Amino acid sequence: MNTMATPQEKFIFANPDKVDRIFSQYPDKKSATLSLLHLAQAQEGYISGSVIDTIADLVECHPAIVMDCVSFYSMFFTKPQGRHKIQVCQTLSCSVNGADALVDHVTNKFSIKPGETTDDRRFTLMKVECLGSCGTAPVVQINNDYHEGLTNERFDELLESLP
Amino acid sequence: MNAFKPVLTEHIHQKDCHTLPFYKSVGGYKALEKVLAMQPDAVIQEVKESNLRGRGGAGFSTGVKWGFIPKDSDQPKYLINNADESEPGTFKDRLLMNKTPHQMLEGMIIASYAINCNTAFIYIRGEFYKEYQVLKETLAEAYQANLLGQGILGSDYNLEVVIHRGAGAYICGEETGLIESLEGKRGWPRIKPPFPAIEGYLHCPTVVNNVETLACLPHIINHGADWFKSIGSEKGPGPRLFCVSGTVNNPGVFEEPMGISLKELIFDRAGGIPENKQLKAVFPGGSSSAILTAEEALDVKMDFEDLVEKKSMLGSAGVIVMDETVDMVQACLNIARFYAHESCGQCTPCREGTAWLVKMLTRIVNGQGKPDDIDMLYEITDNIGGRIDFSKGSFGKTICPFGEAVAWPVRSFVEKFEDEFRSYISQVEAVA
Ligand SMILES: Cc1cc2nc3c(=O)[nH]c(=O)nc-3n(C[C@H](O)[C@H](O)[C@H](O)COP(=O)(O)O)c2cc1C
Ligand code: SF4
Ligand code: FES
Repeated sequence: MNTMATPQEKFIFANPDKVDRIFSQYPDKKSATLSLLHLAQAQEGYISGSVIDTIADLVECHPAIVMDCVSFYSMFFTKPQGRHKIQVCQTLSCSVNGADALVDHVTNKFSIKPGETTDDRRFTLMKVECLGSCGTAPVVQINNDYHEGLTNERFDELLESLP
Repeated sequence: MNAFKPVLTEHIHQKDCHTLPFYKSVGGYKALEKVLAMQPDAVIQEVKESNLRGRGGAGFSTGVKWGFIPKDSDQPKYLINNADESEPGTFKDRLLMNKTPHQMLEGMIIASYAINCNTAFIYIRGEFYKEYQVLKETLAEAYQANLLGQGILGSDYNLEVVIHRGAGAYICGEETGLIESLEGKRGWPRIKPPFPAIEGYLHCPTVVNNVETLACLPHIINHGADWFKSIGSEKGPGPRLFCVSGTVNNPGVFEEPMGISLKELIFDRAGGIPENKQLKAVFPGGSSSAILTAEEALDVKMDFEDLVEKKSMLGSAGVIVMDETVDMVQACLNIARFYAHESCGQCTPCREGTAWLVKMLTRIVNGQGKPDDIDMLYEITDNIGGRIDFSKGSFGKTICPFGEAVAWPVRSFVEKFEDEFRSYISQVEAVA
């Protein structure tokens, strides 16, 4: 039996042109960090250790500094997430317009609590803070898209429609 | 007085209003042409005279801020458009970006020209993905039409505009947290001074302006400072985008002159409260402002001065309405939880204090509050925000104004609705 741990594969950006374009926009390398993290996460679904190493190399800083960013910002994930990240806004205007019921609905329907992922990795449920769309409360962001003024019924249809 | 006609949102209901051809068809980029024939100082002077005050929250004079940028320095200067819009209750910048992005971009070019900047950034909150796509399209159109790039419209002025996405952190709306974040770090606000105008992005002179502030600029240039000053309140004039949300029939963004009464906003524009329930409390300027009781709310004008008089603030003009069914203790916990989650963690009073507030308020809501909890809540808010004197403001205990931004609203809940807090606690005593 081979007891040696598999060496972590080096992360490579699938589209080097995009990386070059990002760098060309900033007067220094480190400013590209967040944009590169977004690009990497779009490719991999989360930020792995090797993503951090690759980006640290590119922007010429210590991996700890990149890690610092990853842990600071709520949109970066260090573990794989479900295919659909259901992000329910829980701040005041959404809360007084039925946001809690939306969270309960997902919890009852898929037996996942906030922070959890379904066994088939279809959904991850998250509670998030104000999404800047309080006039159409309650608001749920699923991956990149906002869904506004949701009722339980519409939310249910929406969930059913996702692969 | 003439009926007010919307300035920033006049065209947002028309088809293709976000496109360059549409924007040009309603006089777009005429102000830029005018500005390119002016001296930068004359542009600053015009904006100073207009008395335009920042729409991002602090309400600082835009022209005065630009005036702080050193003229003799040969360092590059930077303009950053603050499109982080994360203050609970605020959703106007998103509307401007979706519907009239060229208006904001024209404002950015004017501001950049005035401060002699050749690279400007749009720092947009990461969650606004659709708006990010819209803006990419906007920039492409602008470069194509030589409104950006080298030798703009035949002048010798060059400007590159870069969109930079945030990644989920309220504190990156604070201008120095934003600058740190743009530099590729966590968004820890900096100790001021030095202010960004002297030492900002990459230690260079930097101006940070809000989306709505920038969107006002083409109109000031087109119609003049006097016209702008003639709209709304004297000391902080102009049109303003008021966001109304919470328990109202018709929530949304309403463009009105500064100084409209809060009563009119809630009961006329936003259609009043569902099922004719009673008004209980209102955040007038985002969740960082002190709440107003119904009585106070019905008697206040929405401008900088009147709200300070009422010991609150206009802030981001995000009005959050709470009717009689909203539990003030739970609402207070909701807000405290927001700030505890968003504290950047670098100052002890803020990091620890916000966590304590949540712990205590949760305990109270769960029926385990103790009689001295009320005094403790006051003590903790004082500890985060400095001894609060609403009429004088308070700065001191933390690196950035986030400390006040949590202390003020929490304290206002306890002060104005102490009975509700006490009744949660006395139920505990009754059982015991
Ligand atoms: C905690 C905190 C959060 C802030 N969030 C925002 C924001 O999301 N958008 C914004 O424009 N200004 C925000 N500000 C205000 C900015 O620091 C800055 O004053 C503003 O962007 C300046 O632009 P203006 O003069 O055009 O208003 C925030 C301030 C603080 C203290
Ligand atoms: S007051 Fe709070 S948010 Fe501001 S710098 Fe200190 S810890 Fe960070
Ligand atoms: S409170 Fe939910 S979007 Fe603002």
